[in-house]
Amino acid sequence: MDENIVTCAGLVKAYGPKRALAGVDLELGRGKIVGLLGPNGSGKTTLIKLLCGLLRPTAGTVLVDGKPVGPETKALVSYLPDRMYFADWMKAEDLLKLFADFYADFDWHKCTAMCDRLGVGPKDRIKTMSKGTKEKLQLALVMSRKAQLYLLDEPIAGVDPAARDFILNTIINNYNEAGTVVISTHLIGDIEQVLDEAVFLKEGQVVLHDAVDAIREREGKSVDALFRETFRTAAWEGGTI
Amino acid sequence: MTWKLTGDRPIWQQLTEQVTLRILTGEYPPGGRLPAVRELAAQAGVNPNTMQRALAQLEQDGLAVGSRTAGRTVTEDAAVITAAKEERARAAAKAYLEALAALGYGPGDAGRLIEEEGQQNG
Repeated sequence: MDENIVTCAGLVKAYGPKRALAGVDLELGRGKIVGLLGPNGSGKTTLIKLLCGLLRPTAGTVLVDGKPVGPETKALVSYLPDRMYFADWMKAEDLLKLFADFYADFDWHKCTAMCDRLGVGPKDRIKTMSKGTKEKLQLALVMSRKAQLYLLDEPIAGVDPAARDFILNTIINNYNEAGTVVISTHLIGDIEQVLDEAVFLKEGQVVLHDAVDAIREREGKSVDALFRETFRTAAWEGGTI
Repeated sequence: MTWKLTGDRPIWQQLTEQVTLRILTGEYPPGGRLPAVRELAAQAGVNPNTMQRALAQLEQDGLAVGSRTAGRTVTEDAAVITAAKEERARAAAKAYLEALAALGYGPGDAGRLIEEEGQQNG
């Protein structure tokens, strides 16, 4: 077992002439909750898709548990995409069966218990669910696996604050303690206190990787405040051009 | 009592302070069992590792005893709790004096104001 669950070295991903990731060096340890933070277009989703094998790197290496991304590492990774990928005619129990078929580490009882808590019945159709409920159901599925690496792409985008609390509490209470959770978001203020570490991505590169409390101690301000400073773009103040 | 966290300081320090306060006010009584790390973390909405660090500090301070596996209890040593209370009270007094000094009041005024307030509040 490799010491780090994630190792990226000189990782580049280009879409045509545009480099979404421009040389990422990153090592993530085990048993941590890590925030992958950056504005829109900074490469968060690209990095996550490389880690779960949906994309191939243009250059550089990406290792999960010390191994190149492939079938072996995919079994260790539980991925929450940034948008729903299930057909909306499916019922909640169809999704549970799908996960049970695909993943040996899926805990059926845990997932049905979480669905109960959400008020989602096994016969409920996805089509009839609100956006917030769909997000929560997907998260319940993903967190019901006993994975080594959870990759959650924007799990709290577009849901109300109460649903956000539910989602964050679900993450805290259900991740496998030996596993690492990577949460990508630009809503830092909401998740800062559940994070061990923060990774700032800027224009496809890691510009900061440190423990949240170390950042607070050093900067005397929250990670959210630091983020706003790092990524501030001066607004056009009006006047004639 | 609810958990309140501000952005300017490390989270674990704020958690240590707030659990300490709960011990000093008797919400967690001497010799009583402290809730598990995960439970406290869920209550406060924070990372379990951060709560773990906060509780480790309480052990260093002598306010909590025990281990992560067996669970922690509040110390039964009344002297430790009294000393921690005294320290808190002094910090509050110091903050009060600083606030008055900013308004141009000296320590003499501070005493007078406290006495007057005390009389008004019976």
